[in-house]
Amino acid sequence: MEISMMYYLIPSLIMFCCGVYGFITRKNMIAILISLELMLNAVDINFVVFNRFLFPGQLDGMFFTLFAIAIAAAETALAIAIIINIFRSNKTIDVDDATKMKF
Amino acid sequence: MDQTIPLLILALPLCMFLVLGLAGHKMSHKMAGILGTLGMGTALVLAYTTAFTYFFGGNFVDEAGNRLQHIVFNYDWLAFTENLIIRLGFLLDPISAMMLVVITTISFMVHLYSLGYMHGEKGFQRYYAFLSLFSFSMLGLVVATNIFQMYIFWELVGASSFLLIGFYYTKPSAVSASKKAFIVTRFADLGFLIGILILSFYSNTFDFVTMTQAPGNVLASTGGAVFMGGSVLTWALVLIFMGGMGKSAMMPLHIWLPDAMEGPTPVSALIHAATMVVAGVFLVARMFPVYLVEEVALEIVTWVGALTALYAAIVACTQVDIKRVLAFSTISQIAFMVVSLGVARPELHEGVGYMASMFHLFTHAMFKALLFLGAGALIHAVHSNDFTSMGGLRKHMPITHITFLIGCLAIAGIYPFAGFFSKDEILVAAYSNSMMWGIWMTAVAGLTAFYMFRLYYRIFWWNNPDYSKHHHTPHDAPWTMTLPLIILAAVSCVAGFIPFGELVTWNREAYEIHLNYPIAITSVVVALCAIGLATIMYRKENSLPDKVADKVKGLWTAAYHRFYFDELYLFITHKIIFNLVSRPIAWFDRQIIDGTMDMFAEVTNKASEAIKGLQSGRVQSYVLVYLLGALLVGVVTVICMVL
Repeated sequence: MEISMMYYLIPSLIMFCCGVYGFITRKNMIAILISLELMLNAVDINFVVFNRFLFPGQLDGMFFTLFAIAIAAAETALAIAIIINIFRSNKTIDVDDATKMKF
Repeated sequence: MDQTIPLLILALPLCMFLVLGLAGHKMSHKMAGILGTLGMGTALVLAYTTAFTYFFGGNFVDEAGNRLQHIVFNYDWLAFTENLIIRLGFLLDPISAMMLVVITTISFMVHLYSLGYMHGEKGFQRYYAFLSLFSFSMLGLVVATNIFQMYIFWELVGASSFLLIGFYYTKPSAVSASKKAFIVTRFADLGFLIGILILSFYSNTFDFVTMTQAPGNVLASTGGAVFMGGSVLTWALVLIFMGGMGKSAMMPLHIWLPDAMEGPTPVSALIHAATMVVAGVFLVARMFPVYLVEEVALEIVTWVGALTALYAAIVACTQVDIKRVLAFSTISQIAFMVVSLGVARPELHEGVGYMASMFHLFTHAMFKALLFLGAGALIHAVHSNDFTSMGGLRKHMPITHITFLIGCLAIAGIYPFAGFFSKDEILVAAYSNSMMWGIWMTAVAGLTAFYMFRLYYRIFWWNNPDYSKHHHTPHDAPWTMTLPLIILAAVSCVAGFIPFGELVTWNREAYEIHLNYPIAITSVVVALCAIGLATIMYRKENSLPDKVADKVKGLWTAAYHRFYFDELYLFITHKIIFNLVSRPIAWFDRQIIDGTMDMFAEVTNKASEAIKGLQSGRVQSYVLVYLLGALLVGVVTVICMVL
């Protein structure tokens, strides 16, 4: 059996939708951050898959993915730092309580 | 002529204004006063030198013996286009040289007098700074080379007059008087400005020399344009004269001058008797050749002057405030000058009216300043402006009494005092124009003698009120105040003998004054009769004046209320202009203009209030909205592609 592109794209889609769902429904900021990572990784998978199947002789998609992973790591560090600071001031990391920026 | 001295004449008062205005509060009163007086004294010497050089130096006459108009300097100040250049310069000709002498003399006398009169007043330095500013502006006005420079200085004298009338700015009446003076003259200046613009539009020049040397060209250049039944030139000249009416307090724009007496008395002497108020006369004299082209304008000038002269003389007979009497007398005397200009024609006695007007301006400046300064000395002694609280003062204040008497004789036109000669020339000019004006002006001259001697007798004779309730009996003022009185009285005695006709004439050609005996004798007899009448009525306390007042009750009351001009103005402004123009405009401004702006603000406010809930601060709801939006865009795109 030949493994076609769909075998990769469908799990990636499921992963992405899970990420979106988690992002919107979870109240814990860490959980939201994890959901965010899930979405990012789904996108990474897509990059790799498209590169592998559509442009086999090239490496652009692979490099994109590498960059995305590196940036995601930096972004996570930043997000964690923000969450820690919010925890220090609010004593909670519930996202609904962080509403100081509203009108 | 060298530029230094003329430039210094203008620069000195200006420097004094800056020095006293900026550093005055650091000086002592005495220091500031002496500095201002010395500055003015130097300007006086320089102005005398300049005038002497001009009149007798021999360099300023052409081959035919006519005096020249000499432009000492003329700087380009603002150059807009090739034709539209505004220059600042110094024009030396008979009338400006004469005015230099008048202004610096009176100004110096007032500076000196104020040392005593204003002694110990709060704001003494400020007072001297303003006096210097006024002197500078007035000097700049008379030497203006072009009509625009004149306009600039015209406004400057208006501003300094405003500042000096409102000198006692804590007194509400002084504040409202200064505002009234400023607003009325500003209104007149609007006419002046429009007149300047019309005239310059057609003549293509602001320059006095160009305009007056070929006045026919100005008329020709209008191409006979007509506006509302009068030629454009007539309109321009009448509008320019309107500016002069405002400054010179001609009816119906005279209402500010009596109120301007709220200022310190020396200021009234300087500004509201001798110099600034004759600016209107000076203006017409400056433009006289142009006025000659349009005799209709001169007719209007004559009528305005004659009516004002009569009106002011009648009102002066009924006032009790000595400064008000003098103010109305000033209005009447300026009207004499205006009439004299109005009746002047080159073919009548070689334009004697022009010379007479300038002569009267000169002599009037001297004796009216004398009278005002004398009134100041009286007020200083009695602490009241009303002659009802004076009387019998001749024994207490001999110097003031004699000098005041000389002033009264001079203004009444008694030989050999200054007023006789100039008034005689005016009457000659009036008679030569038409019998009516001659008789009219002779009658007004009689009234002048009557009201001046009414004033004189009420102050110095009448009764002997009890002065013991004052903290001191009235006495003559210190020398700084009496010296100017004596000098001006001396000048009033001899000024008539100046051969004025050889110095100042309309075409700058020498003219020999010879007394016209029938007219001179008539006017002196009329004046003497009036004085005699005043003597009978006011020499000793009696009930005759009241009886006379009762006889002509209506006229008396009307004159006492100045023929209700102020009420008329109040009616027009408050009832008509405020109600019919200002209020609707104010309503339009508040409701329509402001309303539109308010509406914009309201709409913005409401809209933002309505949608501010969107900014909830909940990140997840933002994401949800974003997601739905993205999906929607995606769906739409897909649908579009499919279709």
